[in-house]
Amino acid sequence: MHPELHEHDPDEVPHTHPEPGVDPHQPLHGGPRALRIGIGGPVGSGKTALVAALCRALGEELRLAVVTNDIYTTEDADFLLRNGVLPEERIRAVETGCCPHTAIRDDISANLDAVEDLEEKLGPLDLVLVESGGDNLTATFSKGLIDQQIFVVDVSGGDKVPRKGGPGVTTADLLVINKTDLAPMVGADLSVMDRDARARRHDLPTVFLSLAEDKQATPVADWIRGLVAARV
Amino acid sequence: MSLASLLLLADGRLPSGGHAHSGGLEPQIANGRVRNVDGLAGFLRGKLATTGLVSAAFAAAACADVTRSAELDGGLDARTPSPALRKASRAQGRALLRAGRAMWSLPPIGREPHQPVALGVLAAAAGLTPADASIAAAHGLVTGSASAGVRLLGLDPYAVHALLARLAPECDRIAAAAAARAGDPVDDLPAAGAPLLDIGAEHHATWEVRLFAS
Amino acid sequence: MRAEARIVAAGDGRGGTRLAVLRGESPLLLRRTGRPADGWATVHLVGGAAGPLRGDELRLDIEVGPGARLEMRSVAASLALPGRPAPPSRLTITATVAGGGVLHWLPEPLIAADGCDHIAVTRVDVGEGGRLLWRDDLVCGRHEEPSGSVRQDTMIRYGGFTLYRHELAVGPGAPGWDGAAVLGGRAVGTLVAVGVGLPAGPAGPDAAVMPLAGPGMLATAVGADIRTVAGALDPLCEQPTLAPAV
Repeated sequence: MHPELHEHDPDEVPHTHPEPGVDPHQPLHGGPRALRIGIGGPVGSGKTALVAALCRALGEELRLAVVTNDIYTTEDADFLLRNGVLPEERIRAVETGCCPHTAIRDDISANLDAVEDLEEKLGPLDLVLVESGGDNLTATFSKGLIDQQIFVVDVSGGDKVPRKGGPGVTTADLLVINKTDLAPMVGADLSVMDRDARARRHDLPTVFLSLAEDKQATPVADWIRGLVAARV
Repeated sequence: MSLASLLLLADGRLPSGGHAHSGGLEPQIANGRVRNVDGLAGFLRGKLATTGLVSAAFAAAACADVTRSAELDGGLDARTPSPALRKASRAQGRALLRAGRAMWSLPPIGREPHQPVALGVLAAAAGLTPADASIAAAHGLVTGSASAGVRLLGLDPYAVHALLARLAPECDRIAAAAAARAGDPVDDLPAAGAPLLDIGAEHHATWEVRLFAS
Repeated sequence: MRAEARIVAAGDGRGGTRLAVLRGESPLLLRRTGRPADGWATVHLVGGAAGPLRGDELRLDIEVGPGARLEMRSVAASLALPGRPAPPSRLTITATVAGGGVLHWLPEPLIAADGCDHIAVTRVDVGEGGRLLWRDDLVCGRHEEPSGSVRQDTMIRYGGFTLYRHELAVGPGAPGWDGAAVLGGRAVGTLVAVGVGLPAGPAGPDAAVMPLAGPGMLATAVGADIRTVAGALDPLCEQPTLAPAV
């Protein structure tokens, strides 16, 4: 018990308090843990393709693993396996009970367990990517689950998406505006999106990406490299 | 007892992984046995009288004597023939311990105990009684599946909560009966099984596409 | 009515099985059937009266010694009936199987007639290295009648540890028994196998074979009637390696 927390009244039910230093986010085995990056964004914005590109770009230089939260349990994991970017033992799928945002924001336990299992099975990791299930513009990751989050939108949703804002666009540590190669076809003005993103996000970075043209997702991979380097 | 601590423990918003488990409802919806609120009522009544009674009794027993945790865990293994349900119960036990460690001081009871054992241990650490642990177990069991029914079938949430209100006295009765047996030897604790839940869980575990972990 | 029956099967030292004790009384009458072959003894339960009826207190003790192989069957389904107002009827079966012994308990179903009140208590102890197939089928009511009350209370232990602990209650007083969690139908069958491999996984739309936490398997099937249950479980009981030679 922690007498410093409060004095127990004489008529209070005897109970316990958390042990000092207990952190439910830490793996049970202790030791340094991987950088955890959440990747969220609406359905179809290219989250899984981005994860695949990051695995291709970073798989050789970083010890990495992926947790997916697709509403359909194994779809994203299968995509990564089919594309041969990550061996099966480095991917864990988490069921979300029809509520992808709950699993990354309100009740993060299944995701923390998945991260913990990966770190235990694979040994020390540098990076764990946690991909959310496709949701809407309000879904963000809990800071209890991830260290930094990437929010992915795509130009085909219209160039007004950054202007509309929402917690994902406004607060994500990195905003990725994806599928820029489609911009001429859908009539999206990238300069409008850039301007609106800056207005919404102030100093937070935004990058434009076309995985059709940049299969290594270079600006995103570089941003992650910087974060990993900063931890060492 | 501390009523506020009990409400915390029984709250569906407790981050203990429950939201991703349908308590066996998803497969019964898929096979057409549960299509509406009436079907859900039959499901919940049966579940409460079987796994509800067992979970409540084991939660109460673990709360009454946390040193029996390992023995109780084995007792639940013997009462849970489905490997998929053992896995689901242990996953929820582990998640519950994760939340509990942040809230109270828990004795070491292993990393992945069955959910009712973890619940009993949390209840004890919170200063709650075996009867409290018992009602939290029974309540969590029915409300978890009911919530999954709302999400999977788009059921009217008022109709579902009306059903939960009708089931509340039964929930109390089961929990009281379970708590009264908290001190029994493990082999004598309730063992009411639900064959269809076992079968459904085994089928569910083989699906390629599912929304709930169990 | 009170009745007791007792069977002791022992290895005869030459690979065969000797029935050292075979004693029953109505309604628990026992008959050795078939020719002794392949080392097995086969015993049939022969119903000597209607029932069980309320108030009946029946007890069957089975002992299988090292090297003995015993298969038990029944000639017909047993029908639990209401009878006069009385406490529930009760059938208590105890079985012990020594290491190196084999017991197959493969009776016909129990039918819970409308108004019956019956308790079936099963306690099986299998020693390390012993083998067991234990089948229990239950039909809830005769054709188009409501189910009576039946409570099954089963404990199977292996090597001193509880391997399988199961209770099932159907009929009036068992809330939700015919709902989508418990049976969803009117028939259920279970087969516990110890020291006998069964193919794990779903076994038809309403059946599954499950590896228990300990060294054993459970096959469970539910159905609208007993035929679907038998369709799922019978093949598992009739694997050539298991059946006694006729």
